[in-house]
Amino acid sequence: MNKRENQRKERIARGVKARSDDIYALTSYREMWYLLFPRLVPIVGIAIVAFFLPVYWKKVALSTCVFAMLAVSWDFLSSCGMLSLGQALFFGLGSFTAGALNHYFNLPVYLTIPAATVIGAFLSTVILLPVIRLRGVYFAMVTLILPLMLMRLIEATKILGGTEGITRLSPLPNVWVEITLILAATWVALFALRRFISSDYGLIFVSIRDNDRAVMASGINIYAFKAQALFIGSAICAFAGAFMAHAYQFTGMPVFAMDYSILPIAAAAIGGIGTLAGPILGAFILVPLSEFLREFGPLRIVFYGLILVVCVVALPEGIFHYLSRKYGEMERWVGLE
Amino acid sequence: MSLLEVKGITKWFGGVTAVDDVSVDVEENTLLGIIGPNGSGKTTLVNIISGFVRPNSGSVLFKGKSLIGLPPYKVTNLGIGRAFQMVKPFFHLPAYKNIVVPLFAPRVLASTGGAYGDKDAVALDVLEEVGFERDSSVPYKPASVLPHGYLKRLELARLMALKSEVLILDELFSGLSIAEVTSIVPIIEKLLSEGKTIIMVEHRLKELFRIADKVIVLNYGRKIKEGPPKEILEDDEVKKAYLGVEV
Repeated sequence: MNKRENQRKERIARGVKARSDDIYALTSYREMWYLLFPRLVPIVGIAIVAFFLPVYWKKVALSTCVFAMLAVSWDFLSSCGMLSLGQALFFGLGSFTAGALNHYFNLPVYLTIPAATVIGAFLSTVILLPVIRLRGVYFAMVTLILPLMLMRLIEATKILGGTEGITRLSPLPNVWVEITLILAATWVALFALRRFISSDYGLIFVSIRDNDRAVMASGINIYAFKAQALFIGSAICAFAGAFMAHAYQFTGMPVFAMDYSILPIAAAAIGGIGTLAGPILGAFILVPLSEFLREFGPLRIVFYGLILVVCVVALPEGIFHYLSRKYGEMERWVGLE
Repeated sequence: MSLLEVKGITKWFGGVTAVDDVSVDVEENTLLGIIGPNGSGKTTLVNIISGFVRPNSGSVLFKGKSLIGLPPYKVTNLGIGRAFQMVKPFFHLPAYKNIVVPLFAPRVLASTGGAYGDKDAVALDVLEEVGFERDSSVPYKPASVLPHGYLKRLELARLMALKSEVLILDELFSGLSIAEVTSIVPIIEKLLSEGKTIIMVEHRLKELFRIADKVIVLNYGRKIKEGPPKEILEDDEVKKAYLGVEV
């Protein structure tokens, strides 16, 4: 539609949405479909695509899901007022825990992954407890430096395989199991977090970001809640790390690399911060994109950066915010009075 | 023994003495007014009582128990609620969800036996008491679009949801029209009739003096006068502090 004289674009919420937020959604198929469609698209769509990809792209789908989990965890932590620049810390701790349990204690895969999820999350939370009072960029600086310190610590002390890393970990049975497991974990993380954060209990976490002093004045120990948020957020990353260790049959210093800290933030920024679904969408765009760009060789990072900048400038609110707005409203031209 | 005893509180920030040896007793079920020119240490005193700031010396006793060194959430759970001068709502949340957050305080959970009740309904009840009409759209609007008057009421509602015994209201009336103040005063009177104790920091002296039982005057961090409102109004030193001239 072109711009017309003496008219303005009016945006109205779709009538169907106003009624479909509660049990009333069950009153008609149209409303049920309206609610289900945006949730089914990622679950069914991606599952179908992922299962019919060639093996190489299946492997790309694995790391896409891993980054998606790091990104959704980053978004969750930022929704709770904790700006993390160190998703690699959580990811690496999960990866090394799984690797160590498998290599030194010969535990099977179906035990190491759950154990590494819990132990990794516990270690991450304990490590960050002393700085849980810090806010904003101060907290971010600590999280940024910790994985880099751990990386050098392993290099210097040669523990846990040192620079060589731990190799020949037990693999997962086959690529089908791998892809089913990580896809399921990604969707569970996404939908569980979205539900959690909109529950009354989850409100407290979001309020801490809005105004931590008011939450304290509401008689709530914000540090206990921040610790819970850290545990939940880092458990998701630790799972991804443990999964990655077994999928690649390797864990080592690279798991603490900056990639795992920065890429999730880029994914969240282009996908839409604060939506939880946005960062996943962002990861599903950025990671495959980076694979497509491989044929450009050294210019890959240039194109990658350009696309990133274009996305952020064109849609600063994030793709998911934009899509959900378009889905929830209609536009029409109306005359000016 | 008074309900709340503040004894010899001193707090300095760098070279500035914000509060200088201030003592005051707050009796149960009375309204204490704290007045003074800008920068006289009123808010700092409130921050100290509510646990946000630790004093350099002095003590605060609530029912004989010392509050010094307790973090704000513990002070709140003992029954001392505090409203902020600069309103601090959770802007992203609808107004009534702002009141759901304090319902998770251990103090409130203990009083309801920790049962998971309908927190939204409780929040709407509390909001209705402070003038959010339940049947209107106001309680459901995000706090970011509410007018200032409603945000001030929201601060008050938080303390009521917490069932605070002592309510510290830091300049609740600032920025409100006379009509708005007139509509909030009955809420405060009702709280007093329910046996609550209230501490009000105010610049709106006319409205304060009508409801206060006792008033203290701070100037440059020092308490210069304490007494019933009538005496304070006629005191020359108070006039001098406010007007800056010899009277």
